[in-house]
Amino acid sequence: MYRIRFHGRGGQGMKTASRILGSALFSTGFEVQDAPRYGAERRGAPIFAYVRASRAPIDERGVIQRPDLVLVADDSLIPVPAAGVLAGIDAHGLLLIRSAEPAERWRERLNAAARVIVLPITEPLLDRAALPQVGATCAGAAARLLGVVPAEALAAGIEAELGGLGARVVERNLAEAMAAYQAMAPLAGAVSEDGEIAATDYHPPDWVDLPFETARVSAPAIHAALTSELVDTGLWRSLRPEIDYDLCKGCWWVCSSLCPDGAIHVENGRPVIDYDHCKGCLVCLAVCPPHAISAHTEAVTPCAESS
Amino acid sequence: MRRVLLTGNAAAAWGARLARVDYVPAFPITPQTEIIEALARWIDAGEMAARLVTLESEHSMITAAGAAAATGVRVFSATSSQGLLYGMEMLYTVAGWRVPWVLVNVSRGLSAPITLEPDHNDVLAARDSGFLQIHCAGCQEVLDSVLLAYRLAEDARVRLPVIVNLDGFYLSFTREPVSIPEPAEVDALLPPFDPQGLAFRAGAPLSQAVAVLGGGPYSYFRYQVQLAAQNALAVYDEIAADFAERFGRSHPAVEAYQCDDAEVVLVMMGSFATKARAAVDRLRDAGRPVGLLRPRLLRPFPAAACRRHLLGKRALAVIDQNLSPGQGGVLATELAAALYGRPGAPLLASFIGGLGGRDIPPEELFEIARVTEAAAERGETPPPRLLYTEAELRELRKLQTIAAVERDRRGPAP
Repeated sequence: MYRIRFHGRGGQGMKTASRILGSALFSTGFEVQDAPRYGAERRGAPIFAYVRASRAPIDERGVIQRPDLVLVADDSLIPVPAAGVLAGIDAHGLLLIRSAEPAERWRERLNAAARVIVLPITEPLLDRAALPQVGATCAGAAARLLGVVPAEALAAGIEAELGGLGARVVERNLAEAMAAYQAMAPLAGAVSEDGEIAATDYHPPDWVDLPFETARVSAPAIHAALTSELVDTGLWRSLRPEIDYDLCKGCWWVCSSLCPDGAIHVENGRPVIDYDHCKGCLVCLAVCPPHAISAHTEAVTPCAESS
Repeated sequence: MRRVLLTGNAAAAWGARLARVDYVPAFPITPQTEIIEALARWIDAGEMAARLVTLESEHSMITAAGAAAATGVRVFSATSSQGLLYGMEMLYTVAGWRVPWVLVNVSRGLSAPITLEPDHNDVLAARDSGFLQIHCAGCQEVLDSVLLAYRLAEDARVRLPVIVNLDGFYLSFTREPVSIPEPAEVDALLPPFDPQGLAFRAGAPLSQAVAVLGGGPYSYFRYQVQLAAQNALAVYDEIAADFAERFGRSHPAVEAYQCDDAEVVLVMMGSFATKARAAVDRLRDAGRPVGLLRPRLLRPFPAAACRRHLLGKRALAVIDQNLSPGQGGVLATELAAALYGRPGAPLLASFIGGLGGRDIPPEELFEIARVTEAAAERGETPPPRLLYTEAELRELRKLQTIAAVERDRRGPAP
């Protein structure tokens, strides 16, 4: 059975990627299971989607624990614990990261047992307010890495999933998928199916007997008044607004009152963005009268490398 | 017949569409909303001749569904979790009206704490309402069960509403290959609703539920629901046989997998049972005589069928994806009641797992089989086991540490 996980941010098309690949595999004659998994249905939040494909009916369910292939559409998710990007990848697995940085650097950073490759990001991001939709790209890359999906099946998958959105959308996505399909040609078939865990050779679960604890400890109550302050919602941000104080007119009332998260406060008559809590919605950018706010993509800059 | 990839939600919507339902009262809730969205789209596009009305709550939605069914039209609705419980008063009420209709429930754990992910406490809260219950393990089964449910609900020997249950996420948002039957084939299985005298009309007011005092009349009406629900066992077998003949797919009241020569049998309901089916294959590879029993009907409870498969086995591992605090697993209790005092009743080991969507990996199913085999060997029933690991407790302790720091920061309560 093939087991594939796509990781990205809400809005990047990971569910679409899983469905394109799922439909392509299904049309190739595989039994298929595909599903998205998300908690908060929020643009920019980490989500993942997965595909299982097998020649026999699939009884396995739920989140893929030991993936053969993991695709990461947005490399800023890798250090986010809640995203679980690296979960269960072992030496058998292949990790494909869409990134502007080379594979060598990711190998060094992650020290992962899995094979790490990069799908280079070359196009400059023109519209900074949009999360790039890369579902077709990821599906195309995955299809070639599996080595069992002909180009026609990939095209049929795109038609099946996006046909309802019109010919232009299909055409654009087809071009993107095929470009990734071609780019991965040297690695065609690099992903191999993994078998099942045998009942004779498995790590038994380390079950615990839950102890009784008083309701003071065991009731699901948390101090609510300050919890929103404690959560670094800034980690959710994929685009960061920055104020150019040379252009800022100090009409702070506009951006600070319209910020839906109250993440802009005022110091000495000037607005200041609280990046721990700014989610990057860019309402401030849209409303700023002197156009003093610009948007910048968030990038991973580990301390060890930034010095 | 077309075989396509469909989510459990889409399969439920296709079931309603193919059943040619007339009326769909609706209220959104995750993870069910896609079902009514799909129906709304089809109705809007003229692909389905039905009326969909959004109500202001599940309480009203279930009332509207019952009232509409009382007029003699075919009614469908869907809900989940908190929504099902919000309408709980009316579940009992419309079942008491003896009006047939089908409600799909997409299982989701109940608050508090709140979650979006599945377990069966929501649908089990409706266990004693008079609704019959069909529990599905796959997306094909969802579509097929909606059709079976209408035949069952509308049968003159039954005439009770039916809940078709599917697990949130694991089925609701998961696509699998599903065969969509041709409308003509479904029409042959499921003829137009014969209202059998149900003719409630706004212009001719009728009380659906008279007040009865003294207990005697009440006992009569309630026990008629019991007799109808019991009839549903034989009626279901008939309908499932007819369905299997027409479509080549078998949906028995109880699915028995590798049970014939099994010494230990895993017992589960819902979509996680397919994981157990895979685990049984691996255990069989290792030469271990383990089987799986999956009740599809919870109400009426197919006790005789369970006994037929289980009496004479060494031990059962009942894995409940639910919890009745102060008692334990509901399915374990139901099975114990079915087997009590019968010669050859196996030892029964109870496991609680999958609460709030918590996964049950194959390793745990292997371990459950091992623990149960060992218990059978010793002839000693093990204490109920919550599937919960050191790593999960460690993660929880981390959360509690953060909460404790915050409590300390706040200081003592005034």
